[in-house]
Amino acid sequence: MAGPLPRNGPFRFQQDTPLVMGHVASKSMYYGIFAALMVLTWITVAVAYVDLGAANKAVALGIATIKATLVVLFFMHVKESSRLTKVIVASGFFFLAILVALTMTDYASRGFLPMPPGLQ
Amino acid sequence: MSDAAVHTGAHGHAHHPALQHHFDTMQQQKEAGVLGMWLFLLTEILFFGGLFMAYTLYRIWYYDAFVAGSLELDLFWGTLNTAVLIGSSLTMALAVRAAQTSNRNLTMAMIIATMVLGTVFLGVKVIEYEHKFAVGLIPGPGFVWHGNEALGRNVQLFFSLYFTMTGLHALHMIIGLGIMTVILWMTWKGRFDAEYYAPVEMTGLYWHFVDIVWIYLFPLLYLVERHN
Repeated sequence: MAGPLPRNGPFRFQQDTPLVMGHVASKSMYYGIFAALMVLTWITVAVAYVDLGAANKAVALGIATIKATLVVLFFMHVKESSRLTKVIVASGFFFLAILVALTMTDYASRGFLPMPPGLQ
Repeated sequence: MSDAAVHTGAHGHAHHPALQHHFDTMQQQKEAGVLGMWLFLLTEILFFGGLFMAYTLYRIWYYDAFVAGSLELDLFWGTLNTAVLIGSSLTMALAVRAAQTSNRNLTMAMIIATMVLGTVFLGVKVIEYEHKFAVGLIPGPGFVWHGNEALGRNVQLFFSLYFTMTGLHALHMIIGLGIMTVILWMTWKGRFDAEYYAPVEMTGLYWHFVDIVWIYLFPLLYLVERHN
């Protein structure tokens, strides 16, 4: 997918040798990702019944993120996509991180200083 | 647009009938389409992101109420639906692959399988919603709460977020089923081949995105604190 695209050149459409558009992944790859997603779902439910303290949340979100990454890279073909598409995809999650991080810095730091007397 | 014969005559060279005049190649056209679809999905990430942010904050503030609310959800149905939706992502990915290899019948079969699994998911959601209406777990004046009375008000907050987030997710799935109906019809008409299957690919991207939203909704809503 990377590399310069032909500009203004005659594009010859040959009926007998169809151009393969992008990468055709093997069926076994899709079955493998499906199996991994199912196993991870089972793990996340099983782990939820074990008391790990604060780690329960981290494990649940960590497994969800692994699952989401597998879907994005393999089912959504981002692994085989152009660098431009990869940057666009990453930027989406980057902006989501800004949304969460900046909001949380506000709410987490509200008790740091007492309210000015006039506003109490 | 015009058909292939007109294009051949006007341009002096043959190209795929689905190639729009402002693109040089099918490859470039597909690349632009994928990029545009992802830009749409970015707006969707932030659309759901706002709700996830609200959920995170209220969960930190009213953690006990969120634990109590989460335990009212039936983990069996939640887990089943997670499996069903992952299965539908597999059939959707196989539908795109079948289109890539010009296998029309398999494309149609896989789109139908995806639609069936999507409908199963929505059916389970109906069972879950129906149960919550029956026992009064609907935020508002009619809210019925038999647990710790001090938590009741904030348990309503949990269920407000539960219904908003799963409801918007379900709405996305209903829209997805509508899109798939059109794609199924286009496939049946023989519109797609190994060079032009962009609409199938775009539908796949949308469907997988909806799957990802659920991948996060499931642990956040159903698995807040299941031990004890």
